[in-house]
Formats: sequence, C-alpha cells, structure tokens
Amino acid sequence: MVSLIIFLPLAGAVLTMLARSESAIRWSALLVTSATFLLSLGLYIQFDPAVSTQAVPQLSQISDLWFPDSMDIKYFVGIDGLNLLLIMLTTLFGPIVVLSSWTYIGKNHKPYYTLLLVLQTGVTGVFAAFDVFLFYIFFEITLIPMYFIIGIWGGENRVYAAVKFVIYTLVGSLLMLVALIFLGYAAGDAINGGVFTTDWYKLVAFNMPLGTQNWLFLLFALAFAIKVPLFPLHTWLPDAHVQAPTGGSVVLAGVLLKMGTYGLVRFCLPLFPNAAQDYAMLFAVLAVIGIVYGALVSRAQTDAKKLVAYSSVSHLGFVVLGIFAFNVEAMQGAMIQMINHGISTGALFLIVGMLYERRHTREMSDFGGIAKSVPVLTFFMVLSVLASAGLPGLNGFVGEFLILIGSFSSTLLASPWLVVIATTGVILAAVYLLYMVYAMFWGTLNRDENRDMPDLNRRELGLLIPMAVLMVVMGLAPSPFLAKSEPAVKQLLETIETKRLAAEEMAGAISAADAPPSAVNRD
Amino acid sequence: MDSVSLIHVILFLPLLGAAINGLLGLFLPSWRDREGLIGLIGTAMVALPFLAFVVLFLGYDGTAVVTRLFTWMAAGDLTVDFAYRIDELSLLMGLVVTGVGSLIHVYSIGYMHGDDGFWRFFAYLNLFIFMMLNLILGDNLVVLFLGWEGVGLCSYLLIGFWYKNLANSAAANKAFIMNRIGDFAYLVAMFILFREVGSLDVSSLIAGGESMDPTMLSVAVFLLFMGATGKSAQIPLFTWLPDAMAGPTPVSALIHAATMVTSGLYLLARLSPLVLLAPGVMTLIAIVGATTALVAATIAITQNDIKKVLAYSTVSQLGYMFVATGVGAFYVAIFHVMTHAFFKGCLFLGSGSVIHGMHHVEHELEHDGHGHKLDPQDMRTMGGLKQFMPATRMTFLISTLAIAGIPLLSGFFSKDEILFKAFEAASFGFPAAWFVWGVGVATALLTAIYMIRAYVLTFEGAPRWPHADRLHPHESPASMTVPLWVLAGLSVVGGFLGIPAIIAHGDLNWIHHWLAGEHGPVAERVFDGHIALALEWALVALGSGIAVVGVILGWRWYTRQGLSFDDALQARFGGLWRLFQGKYFVDEAYEKAVVRPVIGGARYVFAPFDKYIVDGLVNGVAFLTRALSFMLKYLQTGLVPSYAAGIVFGVVLIVWLMLF
Repeated sequence: MVSLIIFLPLAGAVLTMLARSESAIRWSALLVTSATFLLSLGLYIQFDPAVSTQAVPQLSQISDLWFPDSMDIKYFVGIDGLNLLLIMLTTLFGPIVVLSSWTYIGKNHKPYYTLLLVLQTGVTGVFAAFDVFLFYIFFEITLIPMYFIIGIWGGENRVYAAVKFVIYTLVGSLLMLVALIFLGYAAGDAINGGVFTTDWYKLVAFNMPLGTQNWLFLLFALAFAIKVPLFPLHTWLPDAHVQAPTGGSVVLAGVLLKMGTYGLVRFCLPLFPNAAQDYAMLFAVLAVIGIVYGALVSRAQTDAKKLVAYSSVSHLGFVVLGIFAFNVEAMQGAMIQMINHGISTGALFLIVGMLYERRHTREMSDFGGIAKSVPVLTFFMVLSVLASAGLPGLNGFVGEFLILIGSFSSTLLASPWLVVIATTGVILAAVYLLYMVYAMFWGTLNRDENRDMPDLNRRELGLLIPMAVLMVVMGLAPSPFLAKSEPAVKQLLETIETKRLAAEEMAGAISAADAPPSAVNRD
Repeated sequence: MDSVSLIHVILFLPLLGAAINGLLGLFLPSWRDREGLIGLIGTAMVALPFLAFVVLFLGYDGTAVVTRLFTWMAAGDLTVDFAYRIDELSLLMGLVVTGVGSLIHVYSIGYMHGDDGFWRFFAYLNLFIFMMLNLILGDNLVVLFLGWEGVGLCSYLLIGFWYKNLANSAAANKAFIMNRIGDFAYLVAMFILFREVGSLDVSSLIAGGESMDPTMLSVAVFLLFMGATGKSAQIPLFTWLPDAMAGPTPVSALIHAATMVTSGLYLLARLSPLVLLAPGVMTLIAIVGATTALVAATIAITQNDIKKVLAYSTVSQLGYMFVATGVGAFYVAIFHVMTHAFFKGCLFLGSGSVIHGMHHVEHELEHDGHGHKLDPQDMRTMGGLKQFMPATRMTFLISTLAIAGIPLLSGFFSKDEILFKAFEAASFGFPAAWFVWGVGVATALLTAIYMIRAYVLTFEGAPRWPHADRLHPHESPASMTVPLWVLAGLSVVGGFLGIPAIIAHGDLNWIHHWLAGEHGPVAERVFDGHIALALEWALVALGSGIAVVGVILGWRWYTRQGLSFDDALQARFGGLWRLFQGKYFVDEAYEKAVVRPVIGGARYVFAPFDKYIVDGLVNGVAFLTRALSFMLKYLQTGLVPSYAAGIVFGVVLIVWLMLF
C-alpha cells in the first residue's frame, strides 16, 4: 500500500503524457492525486501508534532484488510515527497543487503536470524510505522536476533561481552521499558481517565512534540545513519561491522544505547522537537567528510573495529549535509544526498566487483596500495570516507553543535566553504579517483595476476551504495527530539517549583520561 | 439543566452566533441586509449565556465546578485540556461580561443601523464574547491565553472595523502589536511556570507556588504583570488604547472600557495566591498603577475629543485597579472592574449617542453645502445638547458623578476602598504605598474635574456648531437609550455590593465575602493591625470631600467660562499643558526609539545584508567557480603537441618526486 501511494503519481505521469487534450491532462492529474490522497487516508486509519516500531515500520514493503547481495541496499519503505503525517501532507497537497495550477499555467500543460506527478512520487518516497540509500535517491529525484517547474514556468528571473536551487541543494546532498557511503561501510564492517548496509534500523543499531560521528553528522546536517533552509544557507529560498509558479511555491513551502527537517530528525539525530547533542547549541542558535532575522527581512519586503517566503525562514527556525531541544514536548512541537507550516504557508502562497492571477503583480503597493472588492478572499487571507502568526485556536500556535515550552525546559539548551529571543518571533510575526494585510487589504480602493477584481471562484474556494478547516481543526484538536507521533518520538529520544551513553562509554573505555569533551550539561 | 451543560451552553452560543452571522454574511450576500435577524441572533447569543450565568449564580453552593471538554494538546509531560471553571470569581466576571455585553449588543442594533458591515460587526462582537468567556472560565493558563489573544484579535478586527480609512487600520495594528508584546511576556511566564511546577493548571500552580524558587516566581509574576500592562493599557504599553477609539463606539464601551481591558486585573486576581508571594513585584504593580492613573488623568483634562477623554479616563481608572492589586486587595480591583464596567460603559454609550446626534448635524451641514466641516466627536463644537438629548444627558450626568466618586454612587465605594487599602498598606509596613495613596488622592480630584469638564462642554451652555439655530441633533432611539438607563441605574446602586468596613465591621461587604471569603478563590494581603475607626471615617470624608470639591470647581469653571477656561489654563501652565496635550510625547518617543529602528533596521540593514552579504557570498562562490573553469578551459586546447608537452612535464615531475 505504501508503494502504491508512492508510485501511483508516477503512473499518473504516464497517463498525463499520453493524454491528448489540455483538459484530459488536468483531469487525469487531478484524479490520480485525489485517488492517492484517498488511499493515504487508509494509512492514517491503519496506522497504530501503540505498536512498537523497534524492528520494522508498519505497512512496510521490502524488496532486496534491487542490488546484488554483496551490498545490503534494499527497496525498503514503510510508515512510522515520524513520517505518517508528512506523507499525508504530501498526498493532500497533490490535488491542491494541481487545482492551484488549473488556470495559472498557461503553456506546456503536459510536461508541467507530468513533472508535478513525478515530483510527488519523489517526495513521498523521501518520507517513506527506510533505507538511507533509497532515501538519497528519492531526495535527488525531487530536484529534477522542481528544476524544470521553476525554470520553465517561473517568473522573469526563473533560470537563475532554478540553477541556484539545484546547485545549492546538490552541493549539500553530494557531500551527504560521501558520508553515506562511509557510514554504510563502517556499519557493514561492524555489525553486518562486512556487507555494506544502508538499512535504517541496522544503522540505528550501530554505534558510531565519537570522532567519526562529528564529521558525518556535519555532512548530513549540511545537506538538510540547506534544504530547511537554516540561516545563513537560506538565500536560494526567496529566489526559488518568487520565481516559481504558484503550484511550485506551494509544494516547495508545503512539503519540500520538510525534507530537510525530517532528515534531521530521521537521520542526523539517531545515527550520530553524540555529535548531534554536541552541536545542538550551534543549531539552536542558528535557528533562533533565523527566526528573528527571517522575520525582520520579511518586514522589509515589498513583494508579497517574498514576504511570505522569508516568513518560512522564520517559521522553520522554530522547527529546528524544537528538534535540537531533545525533549518530547519540543520534538512533538517540531513534528506538528512541520505540518502546520505546510498548511498555513501553503495557503498564503495560494492566495498570493490568486491575486497574481488577477493582477499580474505581487507588489504590495499595487494593491490597497481590496477587502472591499474581494471580501471572501480577504477572509481566507486574514485567517491564514493569523494561523501563520500563531494565534491560539489556529494551527500555528500549537507547534510554536510546544516547541518553545519544550525548549525552555530543555537541559541541553542551557540558556533560557535563547528561547526568550525565539519568542520575540511571535511579536515580529504579527508585525510583518499584519503589515501585509494592512498594505494590501485595508484602506480605500484607489485603483480601477483593483475595483473590478472578481472574488474567489468555486475552484479557488474548493482549494481554500479545506485549508481553512485544517487550520481550525489542527488548532483546536491537534491531539489525535500528536498521538500518532508521540510514541515514535519518545522511542527516538530514548534510542538517542541509550546510544549516546553507549558511545561515550566506549570512548571512555578506550581512553579514560582523554574523554571527549561534551557541551552537554546533565544533572 | 445541570451546571456542566450550562457551561457548555454559555461557551457554545456566542461561537455559534459568530459563525452564523459571519459565515452567512460572508457567503450569502442577501443575509447582510437582514439587520433585524442579525441583531436578534447576535443579541440572543449573549443574553442567553447571561441568563445561564444568573441560574448558575443563584444555584451556586460554594464549590467550584470544573468541566473538561477534551484535550487540546498533549506532549510529554504537558497536557492542556479545554477545561473550564465556575467559581465565585468567574461567575462574577461572567455576569458582568455577558450582562453589560447584552446591553451593548442591544445598543449596537440602533447604533450600527444602516452600516454595510452590520453583519460583520455582530459576528465580531459575538466572537469577542466567546473569547472573553474563554479568558474568564479557562481553568489553565493556556486556555486563558486562547481567550487572551482571542479578545486581542477581536479588538484588532473591531478597531479596524471601518477599514476604508487606513488610519483606523493603523490603530488596529498598533493595538495588536502592543498587545503581542504583552503576550510575549505572558508566554515566557508560562514557560517558566511549566518548567518549575510541571503544569499550567491554575490549581496546580497555586499549590506549587510555595515550593517554587522565589526568584523564578517573582520573574514569572513580573512577566504576567507585563502581559497585563499590554492588555490593560498601563505604562509602558498604554498608548494603543486611545488610538483604539477609532473603532465604533459600542466597541469602545464593551472592549476598551468594560471587559477586555480588565483582563489583566482578572489574570492577577485569578493567580492572586502566587502574586502575593512576590511582594517586590506587587510594589512595582502599585507604583505603575498609580503613575498611570495620574499621567492618564492629566492627559484627559486637555483632550477635546469626547472619546479620547473617556479613553484616557479608562487608562487612569485601570491604574487605580492596579493600585488595588499592588497593595494586595485583589477583590477590590475586581470590585472596581465591575463598577467601572457600569459607569464607563454608560459614559461610552452616552458619548456614542452624542456622536450619533452630532452625525446627524454633520450630515445636514454637508447637505447644505456651505463647506462647513464638523467633527462629530469634538466637544468644542458641541454644547447645549441637554435640550435635544435629555435621556443621554441625564444618564451621562449620573455616570459622571459616579466616576467622580460622589458619595453613595458606585464609583465612590470602589475607589474609596482602593485608596483605603493603599493607606492601610502604607500604615503597616509598605512605605511605597504612601506615594501610591497620595497620587491616588490627587488623581481623584483630577478625575472629578475632567469628567465634569467633558459633561459641561457637551451638554451645558449654548450650542457651538454652525447654524445651531436651525440644525438640531435628535435623541437616539430606544434601543440605545434603554441600555443607557440600565447602566446608569447600575452605576447608582452597584457600589452597595461593597459597603466598607466602617459599617457593621465589613459584614455587609458582600463582594469581599464572595470573592475573598473563606472559600473564595481570591487571596488578599492581611495586615498586622487595624486602622482606627475614626481615621477610617476621616478618610471617607476626605474622599467624599475631594469628589465634591472637584465637581463644584469643574462645574464653576466650565459653566462660567466654557472653552476659554482651557485657554486660561494653557496660558497659566504653558509647558506643562503642552506636555499633557502632547500625551507626554510617549508615542513620539516610541516611534523614534523602537518603531523606526526596527523597521529601518529591517529595511536598511537586514535586507541589504541578506542581499549583498549572505547571498553575495553564495553568488561569489558561484562566480569564483565559473572564473576558475573559465581559466582551466584553456588547458583543453585540442592540440596534440601541447598535450604531449603536458605528459612529458608530468613524467618529469613524477620521476623527480620519486628520486628526491
């Protein structure tokens, strides 16, 4: 079933390639993505968080026909508490992105929808893979369709943005590949009878020596930090977002960025626990800088889409902070914040895209007072802005609150000041987001072209209503979703702790006097 | 119905009302014209909860009822439930909020008649009531915070209600952001309390307060107070409230006088056992409250916009409430919250009625086309309204006397109790309270003067608008005057709920027994001694005397000299007057010290830094790579001799390396 969810879009891509007419292309893309989403609901129902995930994920599928026996590389996918919701988010965005492109994409329909479907297969695969090598392949696969989507259907500066996006990400991921191969051999020698392995469970069971952990961690973390993006590696993001067509921006913000934060949780933490904790402070500081910095730069923008793009830098800073706090509250906050950021920022990009379709501009000064002409759109905009600004009762608050309250109690991030600074992000979010609403929606309508703007049509309503419902539901009743990931998160943190102690003991046994320095304050 | 289902009804109905009017109005344009139905639904969704509160109140047997709807969020050790508590404090606040709220809903039917956004207005008001009820009934700090930020949102939406005027929206943004600064402190306080106590339930916090590290506790209480200064408009976060008058007047009455702005006091009263453990912070609270009271009162004297006078008056009265909190008399703060809701609600609604009338005159003037501009809120072009609007005038006068503290009216009891408590604290070991008491007494005099000034300039004397001989404002409809009379009545009798201790040793002080009695949820500071009865009587006499003197002085000055008395004051006090009129230039200072550095920093430092340094480095690396490949490509000449030369050179190099 997991494989079906991964590859159904790919099959759909074949379908769109064969389709003759424009509408056949769009409808088949919509049909396939919707079917995939409905299927993924089955995952949600079947998944039982109470079942221990010690050995294999649930609903897993394994095939070792792929590589020769001399290498333990498998096609290995499955579901656990860490990836369930992200897969759901990906499949949910499938039909949403197709619908958001319905009239936006004016040329080359066939390749566009084909690439979108390929992209979905790639992203779902990234989240579902339990073999690190397989993960890597899916991770790279996502680059190609995104490259073309930005480069062909993007704005004026699209080629620059597309190339920057690909090269920046590739630099990180190729270094990760090096680390991955090293890791596979090391683990293979130690626990797999000398056979190179990238099986996630085997790698987690393997205790990497402390010294090696450091640079392997850094190589992996670099790839993910670029993807998140973590300050100061973020500058590809605004370019990519602004140039990408709406559908591309929505996928990018909604799910692609989460590949970075997910990678940190799935690989960096459990595979290199000691290094991860030693570098936790560094990452937390960068995350907090990102929160404040992203917010301030966001306020300075005149282009609405760029403003939203920088808000992602700020919001994902919260996620990274939560990940490196190493406690259940903050990590759970990070998990749910990944979903929530996808929903609220996705909605913001959708709305900015709708305005762009109407007026062919994203400059905030070209608008003003449009609440009068498009009241329904205004309602959804204000709702999304409030969700994004973390108003309690809407989804954004839940993640931020858990992250901050957890990080504050974190023994690892010894300084509460860090969290206090991060919390100012709550003020700043109101500053830049309300400014956008103020500049675009309030005031008098003084441009004729804004006066006759049509309000949302049925398709657009159909896009935004599910998002709005999710904002409210996940804001008021996030506990069923949190419950899906809590056991997995707890287990992950326990594994990390056990492994960390084991590795330290090992190092201690080798040389008691030359114990590795640890920045961690444990009392 | 049992009390648990009543709580559900109380919470659910206002939300339902907001959803009906909001969503139908948004998606079904024909709904927007049905003013009668919209108003009826909107009002019923507040009035019915009020009745439910009355039933709960009458049937209350002294034990708190806590109901849990469902778990909001849970992770690790943190569990936050949608849990609601009915006890003495939440019942009293609930009665005030839904009671005054219902009256203001009725009033709004008349006031907002004919406005395009009638449906929106009622949807926002109902949403506000829902959020306010979350704030009051919430049994943990997070649900309380949901209400806390929720009322802030509604305040934002309603201040910027007439969004076509960008100034209104700017005021709305200012209010929201300043509130968020306070909310930031509230959040950090929650982080500290959760780390120290392991729970955010009110009862666990109160139980865990004793064993907390005193410094951490003080920091947390300080942060909660900082949160309260945002919501309740105290120094340093008070400047949003006067700007908030951009909203429709019923909003000013409901949100910015009677209910939302008192949330800070409610929060501190709810956590009073914790606050009592931080005496240093309490002293600060009292001093900030007293200073705010005085500062705002001095500004109020110089304002000409009738709503601005009332706005600064609200800031000033809230300052009094913080004084009560700071000296440990939390129940007195709540007492003043209640009486203030009556008389200030009445004053604001009265000013709305006046504006309604003046609007008519403005309209007529425009119709005439003589080019006369009239600001319907400017008292300088009012005067003599008592002949045209008798009901408005009478209720305004009653509530003016109540806020001035004329004996036996409601404001007299609550304000006198605050001053007495400050005096008591000063006498028994808290010398800072002498300052607080002194400032409180001085402010009481100012209060009487500026309120009488507002009354006289509006209602007495001769009309000052153009063509006053033929253009007359009309009294407002009954939907507006009936709520005025009800509130005026409450302003008269409301004080008897808190009869001071000089009579029957305080046995008749109902509100004290109710809130701070043996089982009451509100703690209070207990002193080692008693003020002698004679001294107490003297203090009461002093308080009454000041009110009477203030009223008489103000009456004489402004009935005899009218506006020219302001000029006389200005001539007399020059610089000081300008300071007051300029609102102490706090807005300007914030603009220079905070707003411009942040926005300017974002625009001229951070954004260029991002573009040229961070991104510049990225592009620089890309450029270097390209430059390098550009040079290296010349090696690829395609000429066999140069490749051969390269090979020879390489061989020589290797041999050389091997040999040496």
